[in-house]
Amino acid sequence: MVDVIVFVIAAAIILGGAFGVVLNSNPVRAALSLIGSFFGVAVVFILQEAHFLALVQIVVYAGAIVVLFLFVIMLLGVDRAEDLSVEPLAGQRAAGVAVGALVLALVLGGLFLSGPGGDEGAVALTGQQAATQPLDRNESDVDQLANDLFTRNVLAFEATALLLTIATVGAVVLVKNQGAEDLVVDEPGEAAS
Amino acid sequence: MEVTETWYLVLSAVLFAIGFTGLLVRRNPLVMFMCVELMLNAVNISFVAFSDALDDLAGQTAVFFVLVVAAAEVVVGLSIVVAVLRRGPAMTADDLSSLRG
Repeated sequence: MVDVIVFVIAAAIILGGAFGVVLNSNPVRAALSLIGSFFGVAVVFILQEAHFLALVQIVVYAGAIVVLFLFVIMLLGVDRAEDLSVEPLAGQRAAGVAVGALVLALVLGGLFLSGPGGDEGAVALTGQQAATQPLDRNESDVDQLANDLFTRNVLAFEATALLLTIATVGAVVLVKNQGAEDLVVDEPGEAAS
Repeated sequence: MEVTETWYLVLSAVLFAIGFTGLLVRRNPLVMFMCVELMLNAVNISFVAFSDALDDLAGQTAVFFVLVVAAAEVVVGLSIVVAVLRRGPAMTADDLSSLRG
């Protein structure tokens, strides 16, 4: 019963935050709603005994990614509210909502219509229990994830290191020098000229 | 009453649909990125739900990699947005058409 209460509260936070992202006209408020949504997702992870992922979710998503968003918002000075009442492309909003509802119907339809039905649960969870990477509930999930990452998936793990390095270098290259001529350079040598 | 994986999957589907709708409806590229993050989180919820239901660690490992890729994606995407929007203060996704060269 406690599970149900926690789930309902977390789901309300997640969906409220998500609606806040979509409906807020001010990007800063949208980013703060996003933090709320991420915290709700972390609660859902804890509810499913994925404690390490819940922590990583908070540190990486709520801590790093949203802060990056806020940095960019402040850097560009675009923290003014966008006028949501104008619709430059006629019918875009209605069409977007319609397609979104269609996607929801599609996913839920696939979820509920393809299952075995009856008391077994309507959901099509037809997968077998894991044979190669079983989840041992008596052991901490940090140990298990570490074992898995550094043995079976070590190549993918190295690849993510490479990916992050490339992303960092790419970000520096992309942002460097663009429009540098109209920036006020605040260096002693420049001030004399 | 008990929370089964169906609940998590329905929550995940609804969150994904909200993020998808936001991506289609909003015109501010930053908010569009946030909607992409919402969709990634929806998929993470369903990964963990399947991992929990099937006693399989692979779902949690997948979430770990999704987190890393999301971080890299945000870094590159935001720097593209910064590079494009520095040229002018106009703030819609249409300005990304200047990437055409």
